[in-house]
Amino acid sequence: MVAAILLQGEEAAEHVAAAPNWFVENAWLVVLLPMISAALTLFVGKRTPGKGSVYGIAAVGASLILSLGVLWQFVQNGGATYESSVDWFQIGPLHMEVGQLVDGLTAVMMIVVTAVSLAVHVYSIGYMHGDQRFTWFFVVLSLFTAAMLNVVIANNLFQLLVGWEIMGVCSYLLIGHWWEEHVNSSSAIKAFITTRIGDVPFMFGIFVLVAATGFETTNIREIGELVAGGELAVGLVSISALLLFGGTIGKSAQFPLHVWLPDAMAGPTPVSALIHAATMVAAGVYLVGRLFEIFVHAEAYVLQVVGVVGGITMLGAGLLGLVQDDIKRVLAYSTVSQLGYMVAIMSIGPIGRDAAFFHLFTHAFFKALLFLGSGSVIHACHTNNMSEMGGLRKPMPVTFWTFLIGAGALAGIPPLAGFWSKDELLVGASEGHEVLFVVMVLTAVVTAFYTTRMVMQTFFGAYRGHGHPHESPLSMTGPLVALATATLFVGWLGAGPVGAAFFDWVFFEEPEAVHLVAWVATLSIGVALLGVIAGFAVYRRWRDRDPIRSLGPVYTLLENKYYLDDIYWKGIIRPIRDPIAAAVYWFDQNVLDGVVNGAAGVTKGSAKVVNAFDQKVIDGAVNGSANLAGFTGGLLRYIQSGNVQRYAAFLFAGVVVLAIIFTRI
Amino acid sequence: MIRLPLVLTFSAVLFSTGVYGVLARRNAVLVLMSIELMLNAVNINLVAFSQHLQQVTGQVFALFVIAVAAAEVGIGLAIVILIYRNRETINVDEVNLLKW
Amino acid sequence: MSSQEIAFVIVAVAGTIGAFRVVTARNVVHAALYLVVTLSSTGVVYLLLAAEFVAWVQILIYVGAIVILFLFGLMLTKAPIGREALDNQRRGVAFLVGLAVFGGLFYLLQDAFPWTASDVEPVQGSASSIGTSIFADFVLPFEAVSFLLLAALIGAVVLSRKDDAP
Repeated sequence: MVAAILLQGEEAAEHVAAAPNWFVENAWLVVLLPMISAALTLFVGKRTPGKGSVYGIAAVGASLILSLGVLWQFVQNGGATYESSVDWFQIGPLHMEVGQLVDGLTAVMMIVVTAVSLAVHVYSIGYMHGDQRFTWFFVVLSLFTAAMLNVVIANNLFQLLVGWEIMGVCSYLLIGHWWEEHVNSSSAIKAFITTRIGDVPFMFGIFVLVAATGFETTNIREIGELVAGGELAVGLVSISALLLFGGTIGKSAQFPLHVWLPDAMAGPTPVSALIHAATMVAAGVYLVGRLFEIFVHAEAYVLQVVGVVGGITMLGAGLLGLVQDDIKRVLAYSTVSQLGYMVAIMSIGPIGRDAAFFHLFTHAFFKALLFLGSGSVIHACHTNNMSEMGGLRKPMPVTFWTFLIGAGALAGIPPLAGFWSKDELLVGASEGHEVLFVVMVLTAVVTAFYTTRMVMQTFFGAYRGHGHPHESPLSMTGPLVALATATLFVGWLGAGPVGAAFFDWVFFEEPEAVHLVAWVATLSIGVALLGVIAGFAVYRRWRDRDPIRSLGPVYTLLENKYYLDDIYWKGIIRPIRDPIAAAVYWFDQNVLDGVVNGAAGVTKGSAKVVNAFDQKVIDGAVNGSANLAGFTGGLLRYIQSGNVQRYAAFLFAGVVVLAIIFTRI
Repeated sequence: MIRLPLVLTFSAVLFSTGVYGVLARRNAVLVLMSIELMLNAVNINLVAFSQHLQQVTGQVFALFVIAVAAAEVGIGLAIVILIYRNRETINVDEVNLLKW
Repeated sequence: MSSQEIAFVIVAVAGTIGAFRVVTARNVVHAALYLVVTLSSTGVVYLLLAAEFVAWVQILIYVGAIVILFLFGLMLTKAPIGREALDNQRRGVAFLVGLAVFGGLFYLLQDAFPWTASDVEPVQGSASSIGTSIFADFVLPFEAVSFLLLAALIGAVVLSRKDDAP
């Protein structure tokens, strides 16, 4: 039964790709090019002029052009999905394949990844200039880009998993790029371990799902068709959906595994921009969206869990962004909050999915812009702390204006990109999900507030630092300008009044009609302006004691990040680590070493026994038989007395005896 | 006619005496004499049987035995004299170099 | 018991006594003389058994030559005299062995041969009959014995020659 549907699905895929063209058919090149550049940079990067950055930039640039081509042809083909794959190997009935699933979502995600990656690559030339591991940095950047693109293009779960895991490793490597400082290496470990904690349920989700199909397929589309056709047990589907969501919680830094993202800011700013703003953290959202068929057909509680997790994350992280002094941490918590938005809105159904992807799309651009801008500021001031910045809009105008555009998008000011996407989210939530709507609105206020706080503290007022800040070089400001331009315009892709082309590309089962709901739009503009004005009012003048402290105990709670890190450390990590470490150490010392030493001791002892045996028994037998021979010989020789008469006596006696014997018998 | 067992008994007595003499006597010449006794006992046996079996072959053999005994005594005494010459003694107990 | 048997018994007893004295005499010359007695009685026994030629050869060779040889040997080797000097420690074992030999022989012969008398004409052991038998049936042994005697002769001469340095 399952096989019949699978066969149908394969034929359907053939028919669906009506007139595949070159870009779509060869979309896998987009993944291959950064992989090649990573290898090239690794092996010959140091000897290339420019220390290897050129390979990454060329590859990602080419991939960007290819991705644009894919999108263009996808649209031309009337939105037909294309899938092709190569059989890798087979285990029983299960085919492991390597393939590509190219639809609008794939094209859009590829554009996002390659565009932001290109910007980051160019930016890193300036930012990482003179770094002792410059070439290695570019190797891992390219590798990461390839891995993320693999996740986006994968047509089966295991290929997706491979890309997922490689991204985790690259994130670890990049966060710990300056690992000589202990803070950096432990942040890298924290990031890796925390996302791993999310990856375990993710893997089990894949296993459960594949098992539910009877180990027939890992292909995403086929699984989707099986689920939609009701072929798989609903209980199993729900469990697998929840487990898969675990991966999202880890990778996309949702509550309660969000704790790694702020600490990941220990890595270089381009890394934060690429990985922790635009791409890797978006992979969790992408996962839910790509496998949305499963979530939709699971039992209702699954999506409710998704919504609750997203809701807690968005508001909680948003509040945390209010009390940070480190500019990158503000942006980090902002990222967590925005990701919460995306996750939460997915819980309302297909409309939410499309809205979430649109927000992901726009967020990638403006968050990357904000991070790169903050990197520019940090580079100029040699500090991350906003308390040591201020008044930077005069020495760094390009940074200031681009940053402002990004901040406006984040706050949701029209006509910037953030407004349109946030509006879509609110529209989606407004119909029937009141609690979620309220939480979103509150978060929007908080978002606007902390964004304004950040801008005011960094760029306005008097300079409070000790250096001489100046504008960053072109390699850094160029990407800023490019991303700012993108932020200005990509929002219109999803805007209702101008056709919302985005939603013709990214849709679940069928394109949604997007329209502007007047009261929601007004409300969103209103709360954004409310937040901005409040922030402006409070932070217009610098005060040594941050006004936010007047929140009192709330401030303390926020400052300690709800004590979650402490809870994790004292409640989970230490009690597990210490006794387990001690137990493992004891086991190793006493049991394992005991076994090894015991084996050695046994060997020695048995060697002694064998030696004793050899010496005493065997040699004893040998010597003993020799001694016995000698002894009996010593006794018997006395027969040889030399006396002939004695011999004769024996002879005669013997003759008599023999005679008697022979005559008697 | 003399009954055969009587003769054979006499022969056996002589032979046994000869055996005792061979084993008990210390002087080599006396040992040779005892050997002569044994040979004579054998001769008596041969002759007795030649009578008993109505053949003369036994007596012929007895002759041959006498001839051999004579030769043997000659050689034996020559050896004894040689030993005496080398060792100043013909005590058979002292001629025991071929021992352990 | 016929007269021949009585004569035989008397001669046998003499011979036996002689034999005993040969092996127990303390004087070697006495032992040689007792040997003469035994050998002579053996010769008489031959006569009683109608083996004339063998009897006379016995007397001739044994008593006439061999005993002389013994006496010469005793003389040349200066045999000591006395019981300890002539008999060795193994007298007991030797006696037992001798007894065993006699016992075995006697048992066998009395088991094998009948004690009843048989009246048959004895074969005349005259010189002619023996000579005929030798030269008709036993020429080869005769020649071999000749060789033997020759070898003994030469051997005795060689052995008893003094090794004088040339």
